[in-house]
Amino acid sequence: MSYHVNEKGYYGEFGGAFIPEMLYPNVEELRQQYLKVMDEPSFKEEFNQLLKDYVGRPSPLYFAKRMSEKYGTKIYLKREDLNHTGAHKINNTIGQILMAKRLGKTRIIAETGAGQHGVATATVCALMGLECIVYMGEIDIARQAPNVARMKMLGAEVRPALSGSRTLKDATNEAIRDWINNPVNTHYIIGSAIGPHPYPDMVTRFQSVISAEIKTQLKEKEGRENPDYVVACIGGGSNAAGTFYHFLDEEEVGIIAVEAAGKGVHSGESAATSVLGHKGIIHGCKTLLMQTDDGQITEPYSISAGLDYPGVGPMHSHLYATGRAEFKAITDAEAMKAGLELCKLEGIIPAIETSHALAIFENTKFKPDDIVVVALSGRGDKDLNTYIDYFGL
Amino acid sequence: MNRIHKKLEEDKKLLSIYFTAGYPDLEDTVPIIERLQNNGVDMIEIGLPFSDPLADGPTIQESSTKALKNGMTTKKLFEQLKDIRETVHIPLIIMGYFNPMMQYGVEAFCAKCAEIGIDGLIIPDLPVDVYEEEYKALFEKYGLSNVFLITPQTSDERIRFIDSVSDGFIYMVSSASVTGAKNTFGDVQTQYFERVDQLQLKNPQIVGFGISNKDTFNAATKLAKGAIIGSAFIKTLNSKGIDGIEEFVKSIR
Ligand SMILES: Cc1ncc(COP(=O)(O)O)c(C=O)c1O
Repeated sequence: MSYHVNEKGYYGEFGGAFIPEMLYPNVEELRQQYLKVMDEPSFKEEFNQLLKDYVGRPSPLYFAKRMSEKYGTKIYLKREDLNHTGAHKINNTIGQILMAKRLGKTRIIAETGAGQHGVATATVCALMGLECIVYMGEIDIARQAPNVARMKMLGAEVRPALSGSRTLKDATNEAIRDWINNPVNTHYIIGSAIGPHPYPDMVTRFQSVISAEIKTQLKEKEGRENPDYVVACIGGGSNAAGTFYHFLDEEEVGIIAVEAAGKGVHSGESAATSVLGHKGIIHGCKTLLMQTDDGQITEPYSISAGLDYPGVGPMHSHLYATGRAEFKAITDAEAMKAGLELCKLEGIIPAIETSHALAIFENTKFKPDDIVVVALSGRGDKDLNTYIDYFGL
Repeated sequence: MNRIHKKLEEDKKLLSIYFTAGYPDLEDTVPIIERLQNNGVDMIEIGLPFSDPLADGPTIQESSTKALKNGMTTKKLFEQLKDIRETVHIPLIIMGYFNPMMQYGVEAFCAKCAEIGIDGLIIPDLPVDVYEEEYKALFEKYGLSNVFLITPQTSDERIRFIDSVSDGFIYMVSSASVTGAKNTFGDVQTQYFERVDQLQLKNPQIVGFGISNKDTFNAATKLAKGAIIGSAFIKTLNSKGIDGIEEFVKSIR
């Protein structure tokens, strides 16, 4: 069983590039170039240097002592929250901006939901002196004001997506339309392990630094490279893809993917795609997505804007279909409780996306000597208003 | 040989109109088709609305959103079109995104099209290589022409490949853009129209995207076999309703 993308861009039956002909030259150029470029010594050197000096990698693998005591197992946190800009998103945007430069592109577009990917994109565009346009749903612009301000300070133009439901999926549509309208000078930096091939694989490879580091760090701390479990939350699936990547073929490592159940998986307000979704096409790839019987894509719900996406990346659909990964769904309430608990137990304020991954310990039994590595995908600064409102702080 | 092939043999430039099924009102689909035919339109693209139309500009996005709100579904459209061949004899093409077709079942969708008398499909997000490998045999079994898009960015080599897989006509997207009405064409378009004309393809070309009036229609059909008007027609429906159809078609030719 292979969990990696094949030469046609599929993970099992999921993936591919279902794009209008207008996008073909750009996507095809990327498909032909991405592995070659990523393999160039000068690219690797520049990428690694920036990850080290600019992002602050390697991110620590932190043994969470009090949390481990509470849940009776050994919990390690992979601290992506300590990256520059506060989340794992920057690993991908650094990689893609270097790719865009190698391809001779001068204009960058991106979509964003919560604004984390938008900020990470605006940041690398400032770093490289490239024009940056970020599409963001009109509704998200209103509820994520600090990140909108950050993007503007970094020199990006934030364009409201006014179509459809005016959230992340519509911002993604608008970014794709922009790329259709600007086929020559523009690179689209997708923010998760989604989209047409080669995006899911390219984003996964850029994020795979997370699991590469986990292996080295765990070897130092525990004398073995492989934990018993790796755990990550899934929106489109980029932090999860990076956290799982180097363990996919290590069958002794259990993989746990955590989706947002919103107000309950079957409440009608949920983003638990693996349970509620069916195979279909969203944003250029065949994958599991939430839709009506008629094939219209539906609007998900989660308290966390970063998990509020109606699909999951094709790699994750394949991990779900093959049973390689176990999928869990965590409600708003469970996530918020786990987020606050991490503050009190470890002195770390996590992003609400991340809190979903942390919440599994409440109802999942691990053995005392199990080593469980959780991707702490981001910090909670951006979510302070949500925490304040929710807990009446 | 279906109605599209026969129509393409006629010695004239073809006017084709796109509209979104279920817009402005749910039950307007059939009256719009009948009026377009009765006013001399040569071919019709019936848009199956989708929640996330990636290749469409604001006008078609809005008509799609409204049509879905009105209650349009794939099943509903097939119901509306059930007896269409009693009154309409010009070629009818369904244009829509692939996901709703997948959910209906691609074979069931093709079978239903054949039963109703639909002649072809335009599916912007079904790439030509996937079509060739997985669906071509199915479309042929049901006598459906599948129409592919080319753009100013499409290489000669790929245009030839698309020509070899096509059966009917090639949809020549006028410029690198999503759908939407424009008022003029520039040098880039003219050069592209000439380049494609010189390739001497086996399938005739029909130009779409950005055709809005008599001038753009004439410019587009100088070399190509015909042109498709979408957004500009939908704007007319929006402002004048179906009573505006006659005047609109007359203004083009
Ligand atoms: C901190 C954090 N974690 C997770 C996610 C979810 O994205 P993905 O599934 O691509 O990792 C986001 C998205 O905004 C995020 O900001």
